[in-house]
Amino acid sequence: MLSVCRSSLLMQGKFAFLAAMLFSVSLANAGDKAKEMKPYTEKIANTDVSFDMVPIPGGEFIMGSPANEKNREDDEGPQIKVKVDPFWMGKHEVTWNEYDIWSFNLDIQRRKLLRGKSDAKEKAADAVTRPTKPYTDMTFDMGHDGYPAICMTQLAAKTYCKWLSEKTGHYYRLPTEAEWEYACRAGTTTAYSFGDNPEKLDDYAWHYANCDDTYQKVGQKKPNPWGLYDMHGNVSEWVLDQYIPDAYKKWSGKGTLKFPINVPTTLYPRVAKGGSWDDEPEALRSANRIASSSDWKIQDPQIPQSIWYHTDAIMVGFRVVRPLKVPTAEERKKYGLDPAIPEDEGR
Amino acid sequence: MTQSNNQSTSRRDFLKTTTATAVGTGILASLGSAAHVHASGDDQIKVGLVGCGGRGTGAASQALSTKGNVKLEAMADAFKDRMDSSLSNLQKQFSGRPERVDVAEEKKFVGFDAYQKLLDSGVDVVILATPPGFRPIHFEAAVNKGVHIFMEKPVATDVTGVKKVLEAAKKAKEKNLAVGVGLQRHHQAPYIETIKRLKDGAIGDITSMRCYWNSGGVWEPRLAREDAKSEMEYQMRNWYYYNWLCGDHINEQHIHNIDVCNWLKDDFPVKAYGMGGRQVRTDKKYGEIFDHFAVEFVYADDTRMYSQCRHIRNCWNSVTEHAQGTKGSCDISGAKYETDAGYKWKYRGKKANPYQVEHDDLFAAIYNGTPYNEAEYGAKSTMTSILGRLATYSGKPVTWDEAMASNVDLMPKEFSWEATPVTVPDENGFYPIPTPGVSKVL
Repeated sequence: MLSVCRSSLLMQGKFAFLAAMLFSVSLANAGDKAKEMKPYTEKIANTDVSFDMVPIPGGEFIMGSPANEKNREDDEGPQIKVKVDPFWMGKHEVTWNEYDIWSFNLDIQRRKLLRGKSDAKEKAADAVTRPTKPYTDMTFDMGHDGYPAICMTQLAAKTYCKWLSEKTGHYYRLPTEAEWEYACRAGTTTAYSFGDNPEKLDDYAWHYANCDDTYQKVGQKKPNPWGLYDMHGNVSEWVLDQYIPDAYKKWSGKGTLKFPINVPTTLYPRVAKGGSWDDEPEALRSANRIASSSDWKIQDPQIPQSIWYHTDAIMVGFRVVRPLKVPTAEERKKYGLDPAIPEDEGR
Repeated sequence: MTQSNNQSTSRRDFLKTTTATAVGTGILASLGSAAHVHASGDDQIKVGLVGCGGRGTGAASQALSTKGNVKLEAMADAFKDRMDSSLSNLQKQFSGRPERVDVAEEKKFVGFDAYQKLLDSGVDVVILATPPGFRPIHFEAAVNKGVHIFMEKPVATDVTGVKKVLEAAKKAKEKNLAVGVGLQRHHQAPYIETIKRLKDGAIGDITSMRCYWNSGGVWEPRLAREDAKSEMEYQMRNWYYYNWLCGDHINEQHIHNIDVCNWLKDDFPVKAYGMGGRQVRTDKKYGEIFDHFAVEFVYADDTRMYSQCRHIRNCWNSVTEHAQGTKGSCDISGAKYETDAGYKWKYRGKKANPYQVEHDDLFAAIYNGTPYNEAEYGAKSTMTSILGRLATYSGKPVTWDEAMASNVDLMPKEFSWEATPVTVPDENGFYPIPTPGVSKVL
């Protein structure tokens, strides 16, 4: 993850320029500009950390699984047709190296040590809420550098995205459930992005039978057709949606859906996708939906429980997306894209 | 060549969990017709909470989630705002069973003597969850009053406090009072099963143990000095950073891991060597505690326990315990071991919330009149942590016996908002920090 290849480093400046160009054009041209979307590496200022983004072309796909898919569950259907706008998606799950910058103010600490000045972006990023410190170590001794960050609440993942947006000047957020599945399938219609045979899973994914009871460094298995790593397995990934078991039933019969999302209204359950190191193959299928629950925080001994940590969700992480068309403030509000930190957050 | 029992199908059952099975919404179980022994002589157990922070509130919630007819009736805290927010949080938690949280105005007590007023108000069980410095005083008073007790770990911050708790623990036994201590690993099935196997010789004789609480640290100071009305209020609000209140992080957090090693060893160390300091968390707002300790504890049979605790961000973090035996090694916290012969074992059984189980166990003992007293090992594991701190602060070996023979008392002589704590800052707001090789600790 951290060993960014030379060529991508060289091209980084070029893409930053390209990105700036993209946002200066009118949105009517976004469709044309989508063709010019390129992979890029984003460096996090005042750190040595960077991460890679992969372009995901806009298009249509069938969300959910067919009734005859093996181990399929009721909440995955009926299948619905969805149109997805182009976006970039993190090539890898967000790692501790990235995540801890935000949670532990490592950028601020380093800036102070180097007596650096903060520019407008840094000031805006500093102003974003950062989490309280975890009571205990949230890696659970499974590894840090290059390993996926875990145990964060969906709110924490969303707030990280907000911070990252301010920090980089590019708009980042969690994917919607539909965007995630679209990116995971990468044009395929099979149970996994490599086909239907779970026996091939070892080439593509860390799951219960091959992981030795722990998550693994990101990016070691084969990517999916669109160049995304660990979409199946390693850690499950937060998406933006509330988990509604019959969501697809409610959506079906309404033609091709544009930007379907179940805006969260209650804390539980919300959706994670992709299955994890702690799961059996069926949970890693593209269409599988995982619902969060209060059990994910069962070992948090405090009341109120932390809004930032899921002490027992040692199988949940996330990855970021960057939509080509940046949503307006109204859209962000309408779709619940921004983190909403409870007013009585006292800890 | 490795044998494995990984065939068990127990997995996280998170998938498709659509209903929140919140702790605290369990069904009130029928108690049957057995005679129940507790102070008030009827079925209902009246609980009082002393110390209404996040953990105290959590402990109250767990007590109220046990099977019996339990009711929170009285609360006490030094600060009214803490008590009010705790009560409102508990009312939220128990909105489905409001009869469980029924605290009348006259049963809310504020101030340094609130604990005594609460005890005098007539409760059956008291939860002691203030900062640990107060625990010995509160525990002693609760035992004198003859109520059952749940107290959070650690149970003291200095040797004088430990001795007080050991004394009171004896008295509690004589009075047949149930005493639970918040070292919840003792109620955690994976730990119980692993320790049992190790004691049965799964990896041979234990030759050494390692344990860690390395993390990024805890909460930032909550109140600035200029916003505090007095030094006493300032230290009380920011209690983690002051030794008389917290005992440093080796005592407040790392005790869990140290206690596990003691549990496995069925003994307590006779001596400690330590080193540590204050490398990163140096601002005056961080009071007087260290940010790292490395301690080597020695047991009577010369077995060693190597312990580390650290509060420094972005380092190797681990909160674990491990044992080395003559025939293999064990990750105790991971509930797995491997023998030199290649046999691998990992706990695959049920996991329950240990914070709930410790209360379930305590309240079951109260109902059944079963002897139940965790105070002694709680006090001795607290003492082990303190021994590590003394060795680290002084930079010299300290034995259990010489520490226990001392009378160093960190507690203020007077408890009021105007009273002066034992350590006070200099004119620039910095506290005296122990210096290994220089500081006298006993």
